[in-house]
Amino acid sequence: MKMIVNKNFLILFVALSLSAALHAQDMNALVMKVKAKLEKVKDYTADGRMKTDVAFIKAPIGRVKVFFKSPDKFKLQRDGGISVLPKGGVSINIGSMIMQTGFVAIDAGMSTVGSTPVRVVKLLPDADAGEIILSTLYIDETNLLIRKSVTTTRENGTYEMELQYGKYAAYGLPDKVLFSFNAKDYKLPKGITLEFDDTDKAIKDKMKGKKGRVEINYTAYTINTGLSDAIFK
Amino acid sequence: MWEHLQIELYKVFKRPRTYLSFAAITALIGVIQLGLLVDGKEYADFVMADFANSFSVDGKILNGYFICYVILQLLLVHVPLLIALIAADMISGEANMGTLRILLTKPQSRTAIVMAKFIASVIYTLLLLIWIAIMGLFLSMLIFGTDDLFLMKSSYVVIVKESDVFWRYAGAFCFAALAMITVAALGFFLSFFAENSIGPIVATMSVIIVCTILSTMNIPLFNLIKPYLFTTHMITWKEFFDFKVNDANEAIIGSIQYPDKIIRSATVLAVHIVLFVGSAVWLFRKKDILS
Repeated sequence: MKMIVNKNFLILFVALSLSAALHAQDMNALVMKVKAKLEKVKDYTADGRMKTDVAFIKAPIGRVKVFFKSPDKFKLQRDGGISVLPKGGVSINIGSMIMQTGFVAIDAGMSTVGSTPVRVVKLLPDADAGEIILSTLYIDETNLLIRKSVTTTRENGTYEMELQYGKYAAYGLPDKVLFSFNAKDYKLPKGITLEFDDTDKAIKDKMKGKKGRVEINYTAYTINTGLSDAIFK
Repeated sequence: MWEHLQIELYKVFKRPRTYLSFAAITALIGVIQLGLLVDGKEYADFVMADFANSFSVDGKILNGYFICYVILQLLLVHVPLLIALIAADMISGEANMGTLRILLTKPQSRTAIVMAKFIASVIYTLLLLIWIAIMGLFLSMLIFGTDDLFLMKSSYVVIVKESDVFWRYAGAFCFAALAMITVAALGFFLSFFAENSIGPIVATMSVIIVCTILSTMNIPLFNLIKPYLFTTHMITWKEFFDFKVNDANEAIIGSIQYPDKIIRSATVLAVHIVLFVGSAVWLFRKKDILS
């Protein structure tokens, strides 16, 4: 009798393990499909308008130019003027969201981004040394598009990216990227700034503890033109 | 009065000490520009150390607009001394040389004589500021080029778009002119109380130093008198370099965060000028001139 119970338990355990492994394989397959779609784009240049929305930064909307070359070269530069971007977050892009090295994909159920149903997939890197330690992708399975990602990095905290698609959806390239991050409060001694008057308390309070956001609206992409590596130096 | 103003201007610009001020400004600005040209990156890194921990800033921060802001910030504390050198000497200098009585033999009202002297010191003050603008703004633009203006305030960071900066400097220099004319008016007023130049010059600087300390110390007792001190309002030129944002935190180009603050400060400074000059005129009309 005891042997039968143990045997049943073993069968159940093996079945569950196999089911989990098969599910992981499904998720891997889904991620690979998305990756394959993105890999159609070898390089691109995009023009866009960037808005920095950090409570303690007052910055005008500026024009930006974005360069990407497969597999992981990415550069964002302001088209004139001064730009402020969260440290480390600049290099987070669609290419780096799906890790280039090995990863394990885990199914985390279904959710919605806006009104689009999405599959939540957690990506864990095989290697320990990489900058990204966990990526959560919200994948639109019908169109094979990443609608949202939450990336936890080793050095620079957690970043959230929401992507909206339009004309370039066939290439997996977004029209709008909304990048959120935790912004630490900022303070500079008045002796350095030579400011001795008090800022309005209401304004000071408004500036505290708000999440920082960078919004980029892309206006035009130039895809697969054979970008030189020199651009990324 | 025009003729008398010409004479007063001739007297002001005949003195070597007048040109000493222009030379001092040139040297001071030159030293700042040279320092920032050679080691500007170190300075920018020092100021931005805290901010750079979380953000990467891309662009030409050390441009002509930024250099001019640094110059104005440092210089507008010291320029009052150079203004006092001339303004506080306008009456006391004449008294010292014994020419005041001769001056009053002219067929001019005492008010006209005083006003001509004050206007001469105002013209000197304005020329000094124009020289600061040429050296601090235009020369810096030439040496360092132009870009957006990146400013670090004690609680937040402001990036003013390049196309939105120049008019702000025009406004800031106009406001600085008002602040410096207040200093000239104070020096001019104090020059009535001495028969040598040193006393009023030192007195003017002492008043400015004491009032500046009172303005900067955050002590409740001093906070009561702060709004009435002209030194509190002299630094309001900085308000030109802060703009409004809408609910989506988007910069409103061409706006000023606190225009009412600028108007209030300008009013306080104007009231001080009227008080100092009015009192000087009143004193001069009543005074028994013996020197």
